[in-house]
Amino acid sequence: MQPTGMLGEDGIHVDMNHLKKGEVNLGTSIMAINFKDGVILGADSRTTTGAYIANRVTDKLTQVSDTIWCCRSGSAADTQAVADIVQHHLSMYAVTNDEQPTTQTAAAIFQDLCYDNKDQLSAGIIIAGYDHRHGGQVYSLPLGGSLHKQSYAIGGSGSTYIYGYCDSYWKENMTEEGGIAFVKGALSEAIKWDGSSGGVIRMVVLTAKGAVRHLYLPDQAYEGPGKQPKAV
Amino acid sequence: MTSIGTGYDLSNSVFSPDGRNFQVEYAVKAVENGGTAVGIRCKDGVVIALEKLVTSKLMKPNANKRIATVDRHIGVVSSGLVPDGRHFVVRARAEAAEWRKIYKAPIPVHSLADRVGQYVQAHTLYSSVRPFGITAIVGGWDSETEVPVDGQVGSGPSTGAGGKKEGGKHGGPFLYMIEPSGLFWGYYGAATGKGRQTAKSELEKLDLAAGTLTLEQGVKEAARIIYVAHEDSKDKEFELEMTWISSLSGPTKGRHEEVPKEIREEAERLAKKSLDDDDDDEEEEKKDDKMEE
Repeated sequence: MQPTGMLGEDGIHVDMNHLKKGEVNLGTSIMAINFKDGVILGADSRTTTGAYIANRVTDKLTQVSDTIWCCRSGSAADTQAVADIVQHHLSMYAVTNDEQPTTQTAAAIFQDLCYDNKDQLSAGIIIAGYDHRHGGQVYSLPLGGSLHKQSYAIGGSGSTYIYGYCDSYWKENMTEEGGIAFVKGALSEAIKWDGSSGGVIRMVVLTAKGAVRHLYLPDQAYEGPGKQPKAV
Repeated sequence: MTSIGTGYDLSNSVFSPDGRNFQVEYAVKAVENGGTAVGIRCKDGVVIALEKLVTSKLMKPNANKRIATVDRHIGVVSSGLVPDGRHFVVRARAEAAEWRKIYKAPIPVHSLADRVGQYVQAHTLYSSVRPFGITAIVGGWDSETEVPVDGQVGSGPSTGAGGKKEGGKHGGPFLYMIEPSGLFWGYYGAATGKGRQTAKSELEKLDLAAGTLTLEQGVKEAARIIYVAHEDSKDKEFELEMTWISSLSGPTKGRHEEVPKEIREEAERLAKKSLDDDDDDEEEEKKDDKMEE
């Protein structure tokens, strides 16, 4: 195996083997958007170990506090560990400071972990949350550990195929139906073109009313949410 | 004191049989001799004022400030042992900086008070340390608007965040007082030091709980209260040190700053005038008494 993390003679080194042999990768399509009443998070459900699909119904949308969620991409192990640590910090924050953490607080803790350990981690995370004071917010935290506040964010290997789609169809202040259609349309394209993305489309709609999960199945051409699970 | 000779006051962290910690009570005595410090929570900001007793004519006037800035939006003043106050400020600054490192945002005033309160309380527990010989007043302003994550890039949707509830009240002025025991409460008006009794009764007259006193009025009241409280120890000279923290739309834009010289001097002029007027009233009352005889 090539030594990783070192510069080549030409001063350029692209680390293609950032995963260990057999490590589980979230070759992924994830996104989160702002809409009229809050935010919507969306993700595919494929987890791969090389060419093998280790899990076809993965849940890449992870809750870190009552009204703050994240979309995970990169190493499954790394992003699960980071999300667990953030969840712990936020629950401690709520009890020691007598108030619920804001999306900003969550984003700051995610960034602190991902930037300080950037050499060890392979994690691209999108953070989205809702609170009455700030409304819905979307933060993108890509590989290097920089933090970007955005109207919407896309991430993972599949996102490269949908930059054009999103740029064309994006509108600010969409309705919930419009937002769901946008996320579903974009992720369907990402799943179609990206070999490392697939399975079902999962969504979480975060508003003043709380978090509601959606599930869209490929054998129904991702049409309709089907039977709705109860609000989380 | 009856406790002298019983031995229960020789070490910190030792209870007397009736459940008192004498070392903490002696620390309170140290505070009772310090220059008066006052904090007022107004509707649009906080004022902090201090009666700084001049210990030597060789010291430069208006130098050697005693009210410290802990973070951009928080100020601290203490009464009692000055070096203990300095150490308290060092710790408060460390806590504020630590918060910024983790959360990339300014520390809420109540969280700062909570953290330094725990630190002060820890100094009542161990025999290797003594309690703080100070009572500290912490005043600050928590932003009423959205605060971006420090160093964040971008600003989200141009139409504003979805689902945001308009008209909610957030942030505002906050005032806390921390005692040598580590106990702390939030206050509308706080006073400590030698003239605290006078100052407290003056603060009570202001009906601060109504939330109608403006910051500008607060500055004048704070100056007057320090002058009234100084009356009893008229022999000593003092300087009035005063800082404030306003709302984002006010004069300091949410920052802790020194009250500008002109405003302070005007407040002092009014304070002296009000004292002179009171003296005149008293003399008149005496005359009235005589006429009644």
